[in-house]
Amino acid sequence: MSQRELELFFGPQHIGMVGNFSITLNVKGDRIVEAKANPGYLHRGFEKLMEYKNWTQNFPMVCRINVIEPDSMEMVYAMAVESLAGIEVPERAHYIRMIVLELARLASHLFGAWAYSNMLGFDTVAQWAMAYRDYMLDLFEELVGGRVYHIYICPGGVRRDLPDGFEEKVMKFLQALGGHVPDFDAAFFNNRIFYERAKDIGKIDAEEAVELGATGQVLRAVGIKYDIRKIEPYAAYNNIDFEVPVREDGDAYSRLWVIRDEMLQSASIIMQCIEKMPKGKVYTRTPNPFKWIIPEGETYVRVESSRGELGLYMVSNGGNRPYRVHFRTPSFTNGILILEKLLENASIADVGNIMISLYVVAPEIDR
Amino acid sequence: MKAAKYLFMKPITFTFPFQTREASQRYRGFHLNDWEKCTGCGNCADICPNQAITMTEIPEIEAKPGEKNERPQIDYGRCCFCGLCVDICPPGSLRLSRDYIHIDHATDSFVYLPKDEKNDRERFVAKEDYSLFQASLAHRKEDYEGFVSDLDFTLFDPQRVEMPEITLKERKSSFIEEVIGYSKEEAKEEALRCLECKLCEDACPAHLKIHDYIRAIYEDKPDESLRKIFEDNPIPAICGRICMKHCEDVCSLSLRGEALSIRWLKRYASDTIAEYKSALEIKPSKPTGKKVAIIGAGPSGLSEAYFLRLKGNEVTVFDSLPEGGGMMLIGPPPYRLPVSSVEKDVNYIASLGVKFKFNTTVGKDILFEDLLRSYDAVYIAIGTHVSRSTRVKNSEKCMPALDFLSENKLGEGVKVGKEIIVIGGGNVALDVAREALRLQNIQYPNEETVTKTVSLEDWDEMPATEEEIDGAKEEGVVFNPAWGPKEVKLDEKGNVSGLLCIKVKSVFDEQGRFHPTFYEEKEMLLKGDMIIEAIGQGSDFSFIPENLKLEFTERRKVKIDENGQTSIPKVFAGGDIVNINLDAVTAIADAKVAAEGIDKVLLKG
Repeated sequence: MSQRELELFFGPQHIGMVGNFSITLNVKGDRIVEAKANPGYLHRGFEKLMEYKNWTQNFPMVCRINVIEPDSMEMVYAMAVESLAGIEVPERAHYIRMIVLELARLASHLFGAWAYSNMLGFDTVAQWAMAYRDYMLDLFEELVGGRVYHIYICPGGVRRDLPDGFEEKVMKFLQALGGHVPDFDAAFFNNRIFYERAKDIGKIDAEEAVELGATGQVLRAVGIKYDIRKIEPYAAYNNIDFEVPVREDGDAYSRLWVIRDEMLQSASIIMQCIEKMPKGKVYTRTPNPFKWIIPEGETYVRVESSRGELGLYMVSNGGNRPYRVHFRTPSFTNGILILEKLLENASIADVGNIMISLYVVAPEIDR
Repeated sequence: MKAAKYLFMKPITFTFPFQTREASQRYRGFHLNDWEKCTGCGNCADICPNQAITMTEIPEIEAKPGEKNERPQIDYGRCCFCGLCVDICPPGSLRLSRDYIHIDHATDSFVYLPKDEKNDRERFVAKEDYSLFQASLAHRKEDYEGFVSDLDFTLFDPQRVEMPEITLKERKSSFIEEVIGYSKEEAKEEALRCLECKLCEDACPAHLKIHDYIRAIYEDKPDESLRKIFEDNPIPAICGRICMKHCEDVCSLSLRGEALSIRWLKRYASDTIAEYKSALEIKPSKPTGKKVAIIGAGPSGLSEAYFLRLKGNEVTVFDSLPEGGGMMLIGPPPYRLPVSSVEKDVNYIASLGVKFKFNTTVGKDILFEDLLRSYDAVYIAIGTHVSRSTRVKNSEKCMPALDFLSENKLGEGVKVGKEIIVIGGGNVALDVAREALRLQNIQYPNEETVTKTVSLEDWDEMPATEEEIDGAKEEGVVFNPAWGPKEVKLDEKGNVSGLLCIKVKSVFDEQGRFHPTFYEEKEMLLKGDMIIEAIGQGSDFSFIPENLKLEFTERRKVKIDENGQTSIPKVFAGGDIVNINLDAVTAIADAKVAAEGIDKVLLKG
């Protein structure tokens, strides 16, 4: 019996969707012939808006591009401004930034683990992940005064020094989370159901991944050790000892394992930072915001965000605000190019599985 | 199965609103604003990335000098709680609290004028009275500060760029100008600090466009900067050195740090431009055919001449001194205001076509009545050039301060004694003392010399500026505050041998009027071979004929109307004889008023 090709809208309200994002699927039976990703539900025009705000006013804004992990956004903006304006950041600020960035990675990964396990029906594991993330939001609240939008890593350093006793609280949290790892493993990562549902789903080979510009877990899950923290260390990552976890198979199962292993690495980085952190200043005062002019120039800076390479290309024409801003966000390649590629020939039931395993954050796709 | 153990653990969630948690110490919640500290500068509104802050006029607030009666109003529909407003707030009055719950059906209630518990007792309730069910902007916890300003992390720079100075040793034994002046980089760096809140412009008597000329310096356009200065002040080389800087007193940055060096930046602008004329390209308007006489070539007279000349009038300035500058020429010691700087400003004004008649005393060389007859208007800016005397026994043996100062600047210099006593506690007294100390060091290089001051006022009420007092202390001037002169002691040859002083009980009476009282029995003899009196100056109006009836105010100032006109028609006045500030910039302000007034009179006919 011949089958008709149908257009199926996998919309923003769909329960398996990652957020303000949709996919138009052409399906034959329950096989997908072609998938078309539609970003744009969350277009806020940040890149254009930033051309109209001065260098200081932009800093509370960039964090909004990625709700799940605002800190890498702040970091990349701070780094771009520092590189254009030639600002030196105090050593201690580098360490505080690393602590914040790794905490954010951890929180983001917990959120990712929640999304994936929840999608597979592992409600208990999902609740655990969410609960730990909430503890982290408490930590962030204590450090920066806000739970979700941190507005903390600013050009010149960080906005305030660590509050008293913060290091101990972080250590206590990491120990609690570390103590829970065997439970996570037993209930989820070593669970047969997870293996069955994730193995060979959304499989991509190394060549294709590189060609489509994959970064982050997608690339590391095909066995390529690509991590900006290693290949182009920023902050003080070159003083920290850590591994870049990789897997070989390039499927959802590998990607989730990479995420799991990265959490352990992040925890270790935070502990090392707390141990090695020098005393001293944490902020180099930037010039008066109303008069701050940055000399003509352009820069591209990048950091390893929790989902891959996050880059910022920024041009100054010697004015008090950026002339052009462009973000290279990992969710753009992972969430559009790779997703469309992986959905070809997949079954409709696996759309959510593939999408969430790519760890897409929708607001990041369309700025 | 392992997961089963979690069934028996305490839940990590809590049942809101029956259970609550406190927000963290640094929480960025609703705003608090201490209205007493807030100056209404509006920097918070300027920095807000979302335009959530509007400065709202509060009629109940009586704005003090250097403040506006405006306070920030926050639209919580726009606010993103980033806290940039907290970090830019110069007085540190704006803070964020740890409150974050607001429930109301009216959208208008999201627009909020923050105050803090000190001046808004209705909204802030004690912890035990606080109920979550009423939580809103109108029902908040008291003593609940969150994200507050920290001087180490402010967006403005509280520290000024230090003015390079010559060494103390050089200072004490020469008359070289003390301050060296900013380099281009230093000036730009200092100009960068300006937040452009313009509170200074309201405080400046002459209302200079300070933020504009500071910005021009920052943008490396000193000629543009000078043009902006010249709109309101034609003597920047003088004012850039000796201005009393009312602007810096109210500078936002001074509230928790050091004021912007507005005066030194003006000095930079005027010094950087070697020749004003080509840089400014200012030309007088078409000739009006009207003639104005100005008596006195001090700051007020010079400014009046400049403003009126630009309007196309023919202006002649009469002065009894041999050069222009008036009190600026003879008063400030050369280490503060070199004669060359005065000449620079005077020569520029002369180059615009203002005629100067020096060595001409009105009332002696030319009669006031003749001026009235042959000119369309007369501006009197004679200043205060008569030194007052203590009138104690033998006080005629003392030297008047102005004689001392002018002799040093225009004459050959005074031969000073080894032990000098200066009577007075004002800026002139300290100028005299510091100048005397330098002369001693020059005239008696390897000998023991001393300069002392005696003032009625104690440390806390001394009228001299702190800057001057500190400078004098550094150089080694010995102070004797709260002592009054009683008698000048003479030796058998009739020369000065010392000053007998008595202890001061109080200087001012209960109404704050000058009325010194003494402990007659507490006496002290200060040894000295030279005494200089610097207890204030007065003016000599004897050149104005009695029949013209010049009127005075109860503070013995010349009475003028809103146009600067005196009780005599067509005669205007300004400067120290009119205002009580007794400084150059107020003299310029008077001249501006009178220039408009004279213009009106001249146009009429």
